[in-house]
Amino acid sequence: MIDRSCIGRTFPAHSADVEAGRLRLFAKATGETRPEYVDEDAARAAGHPGLPAPPTFAVTVFLDVPDPFAWLTELGVDLRQLLHAAQGFRYFAPIHAGDRLTFASRIGNVFQKKGGELTFVTRETEVTNQRGVRVADVRTTIVIRGG
Amino acid sequence: MGPAFDAINVGDTLPPLALPPVSRTTLALFAGASGDHNPIHVDIDFARAAGMLDVFAHGMLSMAWLGRLLTNWAPQRNLREFSVRFNAMTHVGERIVCTGRVADKLERDGERLVRIALETANEAGEVKLSGEALVALP
Repeated sequence: MIDRSCIGRTFPAHSADVEAGRLRLFAKATGETRPEYVDEDAARAAGHPGLPAPPTFAVTVFLDVPDPFAWLTELGVDLRQLLHAAQGFRYFAPIHAGDRLTFASRIGNVFQKKGGELTFVTRETEVTNQRGVRVADVRTTIVIRGG
Repeated sequence: MGPAFDAINVGDTLPPLALPPVSRTTLALFAGASGDHNPIHVDIDFARAAGMLDVFAHGMLSMAWLGRLLTNWAPQRNLREFSVRFNAMTHVGERIVCTGRVADKLERDGERLVRIALETANEAGEVKLSGEALVALP
């Protein structure tokens, strides 16, 4: 069960690659057709070392593990009760195809609303690239219905 | 190169981004592309077992659309912060429009920034996502 005793819990850091093919599929799924986001030559012409990752893509790389919801199921959360409540990013440096990102995260907050009917959990993640440069902070808030 | 700070006023609006109706194909593609394989977005049997009438769109699909709205307006390298709240579910068949409005002009750490208030809404005007972004402008 998730409660306030979980605040501060950290997770083992994990790393994943930013793949060009995945970026193109993401562009297709989101209706992005601008050449700089789907064509390597156009990306370089626009000053990028490779295809740029769009603003929300760090979450996609973060999910690139065998079971991205394991941290919740281990805490007893039923995925059918789960909703995404909020999402935030702070950007420090760009992310491109070919980068390898490392994610270090912790549970930043747990709180309840509606008399315990809704439990909110915030996970805060610091993202660094293969050169050790901090590229982004990511904050994900999920809500569990039915406490 | 994007807009110039001095040419922007509070209340200015970004060119809106109108999306085609949300299709199941889009949800299937986004599940694979985004890595969010939660079956509630693609498997109607699972969705019904969870008490929903149908599958519904990933919140991050709408946030990606808002990202397009922003990077259509100013280069992505100018984006400093971007956050949203997911207020209501986005359903199959809905036509979503993404909008942005300049809510504030400010200076922070020697950099000139604009705060953009963001929304996605369906054709009836029901707001699905609300949020904001901080964008550095030359």
